Amino acid sequence: MGVAAVVVVKREHLLTEALERTPLLAATGLSCTVAGRCLFHSLDITVEAGALIEVRGVNGSGKSTLLRGLAGLQRFQAGQVTRHAAIDYLGHKAGLSERLTPLENARWQLAQRGRAVDDRIVQQALAKVDLADASWELCTALSAGQLRRAALVRLIVGNAPLWLLDEPLTALDQEGVRLVWQLIAEHRARGGGVVCATHGSVQADGDCHPFRAITLA
Amino acid sequence: MNPQAQVACRQADGSTMLAQLRRDLLLTVRARSEAANPLVFFVLGVLLLSLGVARGDSGGGAIWVLALFANILAADGMFQRDADDGTLEQLLIHRRALFTPIFGKLAAHWLLVGLPIAVLGPFAASVLQGSFANVETLLASLLLGTPTLACIGAIGAALTVGTGRSGLLLAILVMPLYVPVLIFGVGASAVAASGAASFPLLMLAALLVAAITAAPFAIGKALAISQEY
Repeated sequence: MGVAAVVVVKREHLLTEALERTPLLAATGLSCTVAGRCLFHSLDITVEAGALIEVRGVNGSGKSTLLRGLAGLQRFQAGQVTRHAAIDYLGHKAGLSERLTPLENARWQLAQRGRAVDDRIVQQALAKVDLADASWELCTALSAGQLRRAALVRLIVGNAPLWLLDEPLTALDQEGVRLVWQLIAEHRARGGGVVCATHGSVQADGDCHPFRAITLA
Repeated sequence: MNPQAQVACRQADGSTMLAQLRRDLLLTVRARSEAANPLVFFVLGVLLLSLGVARGDSGGGAIWVLALFANILAADGMFQRDADDGTLEQLLIHRRALFTPIFGKLAAHWLLVGLPIAVLGPFAASVLQGSFANVETLLASLLLGTPTLACIGAIGAALTVGTGRSGLLLAILVMPLYVPVLIFGVGASAVAASGAASFPLLMLAALLVAAITAAPFAIGKALAISQEY
């Protein structure tokens, strides 16, 4: 009885949410051909609040191209992408200047979004990704895994409702992988949406239900 | 948009520009030798010309040509590092207003290359001409002309950022666009003796206004194209 009541409340909550807001991102009829090879054709993607969409596929199947296109870095041959919310993109490149510290990088990224820079929030985020000790070191001095962790700071402080993550687990240790899944879960609980490209399965790596998967052949 | 929101937006744009300016200056401070290269080139060029060719009245022209070359050298790496480490992607994704960060980048670039060259100009003139004659006209023309050079060089750098080692391509692209600045810059020095330098200086100012207005848009568009595979 108690459980049923909770379910009803939750559904009501979800309904009002759905009425209040349009999807974070809606893409219809996406087609992309690279060097004469069709990567995907007439692909539709809708990302609602709280959704996790996993993009699967072998190397070269177009996962990165799809995410770059959704981020607006690249145009598709056909189709339309409508973004209703601010996005954050974590690609293969960390997006950090090597000659700046993680803290200075985060400051610049906040300023880029027209946001007031609060060092305390950045320091908290750095502590969360276990880089509090390295916050005054130049990014050249960081290891590959630490660099990926420093890139996660942008997601934490950025407050963008939609995350586009391209292989976010690259170079991370087990602790780091757990951290990424934890960040994703927290983000979804806040009503954020995530599109994530991975080699492994979301199901195997983290406790991330429910999720949808798109497989690129 | 209500007035309060407009003010907030303008403040945000201002701080975006300042943050970009601060970041680029900081990056340059941490790579001093790289930043000094164009200036060292300029000084060495002046010394070589004074030994080899241009003593006397052609000094103003020699200084301008060296300023052009130094600017091309400096523009070459302007966006390359940002493209390599992915900060350029980040800049493009949050393109709420690409104009402001690019403007900050241009300002940093001019402060580090154009301004020092303009300040060194009178000394270069004394080496090449043997006197400080009409030095204020030269200084004024360099101060008005070097920001235009920075803007044009940055357009070239943005167009060639995806092409790998692009130094020569950049020079070929940019040199024809430098011609008006060169003509009026040298013209100012040439007619300074007769006291009629105001027309070339006004033309340099007009070019500067046009460059500052148009360049950030051209640069933004070129950078967006460079990130498409």
